[in-house]
Amino acid sequence: MNITRIGRIILPLILLGGLSACGSIEPWVKPYERDRLADPIMFLDADPVSTAYLQHVFEAREGARGGEGAAGGGCGCN
Amino acid sequence: MILRRSGLALLLLALSQGIWAGVLPEDRTDMLYHRYEGGGVTIDGPSILVRKQVGKSLSFVGNYYVDMVSSASIDVVTTASPYSEERTQWSLGMDYLRGNTTISTNFTSSVESDFDATTYSLAISQDMFGDMTTLTLSYALGDDVVGKSDDPTFQRDNTRQHYGFGLTQILTRNLITTLNVETVTDEGFLNNPYRSVRFADPLSATGYSYEPELYPSTRTTNAIGIRARYYLPYRAAIQGEYRYFTDTWGIESNTLSLGYVHPWRNWTFKAKYRWHDQTGANFYRDIFSRSEATNFRGRDKEISSLTSNTFELGVSYAFLKNGWNFIDRGSVNFSVNLLQIDYDEFSDLRTNAVVGEEPLYALSANVIQLFLSFWY
Repeated sequence: MNITRIGRIILPLILLGGLSACGSIEPWVKPYERDRLADPIMFLDADPVSTAYLQHVFEAREGARGGEGAAGGGCGCN
Repeated sequence: MILRRSGLALLLLALSQGIWAGVLPEDRTDMLYHRYEGGGVTIDGPSILVRKQVGKSLSFVGNYYVDMVSSASIDVVTTASPYSEERTQWSLGMDYLRGNTTISTNFTSSVESDFDATTYSLAISQDMFGDMTTLTLSYALGDDVVGKSDDPTFQRDNTRQHYGFGLTQILTRNLITTLNVETVTDEGFLNNPYRSVRFADPLSATGYSYEPELYPSTRTTNAIGIRARYYLPYRAAIQGEYRYFTDTWGIESNTLSLGYVHPWRNWTFKAKYRWHDQTGANFYRDIFSRSEATNFRGRDKEISSLTSNTFELGVSYAFLKNGWNFIDRGSVNFSVNLLQIDYDEFSDLRTNAVVGEEPLYALSANVIQLFLSFWY
């Protein structure tokens, strides 16, 4: 993944935060167009207990933590 | 000592449910059985979560989690004795919704025979831009008390602060993305009081001896992660994730994953592949040149250079789709993760090979989850 490609993803997200204050730009995905996003298969974290547990498993066995939006926690299991 | 880098799991679990700010999380109960088995270690136990809305603007969540550990890991086999232990964690949280703002608080307590961890957290989520954007800011404070089973007078403290920023953005009617930035600072006793490093010792029959590890007393970690989930032209979804991580100990990592979800009638199938690669901490050595060779010393394989690969397969079955009594619906879920970790600088000392010629250690583990969920 090169820098240009990363920029294409992150830059719009950052800009959107600022644009949200501008009344002249309308949200382009209307509420009635979000039927697919409301489908449970599109939930970013449909099973929070399971997600928390798995992140706990990884965090205990790897040196990294955070940045995954849901759980953290840790276990230094011998 | 099961829990070392403790604390944030449940508070962020609560946050993750509030990803759609402006709407309180659904009332639900989950009853999970988890089992980890690999590298001579078996850890299993339950996790029970109950969430219930009270009135129109408050939602309470409670979680009870247990790890029952039976360990004869490579660390234990080479430097200590196998042991059994239990960790119990419980948490209570509350979400308060007002307009498009959700305020979440959480308290988590984890207790085991030689380690106590307490975490308090606060988060604010704001829905904006026609509910296409959700911004979340979070803070958590954790206090750990580290003990030692063979020394009742041993007691050390660790304080941890967590700062989080999250942005969830609907980009198209088929695509939702998130950006998460997290900084965590630790200050206190950060190493494991039971673990040792080895150093070259010509006077020893094996060619090496052990001494206690010694970590720096501070650590700051930074992580940035992006996720995207896309609804395919037919009813299925793919999800991609990437995380970059770096810390003041010299660990740098990249984590990538790709998942696929496919529903079919009452069933939902999912598959996921995860790849993680990291460099080792500056003060990590598989073997030190002599005793007290450096100011800080560590030989925990978790902070060594490593690569892990994980394959996950899961299946869910939805039942009571038309409801029953006070229950709206339910599901039963099963998943298995096959985890493989290859260590670049952690030798397998069980082979009794000549110093410097020991094979590298690799860990294979199975992680099983079976859980029931009810919405009401």
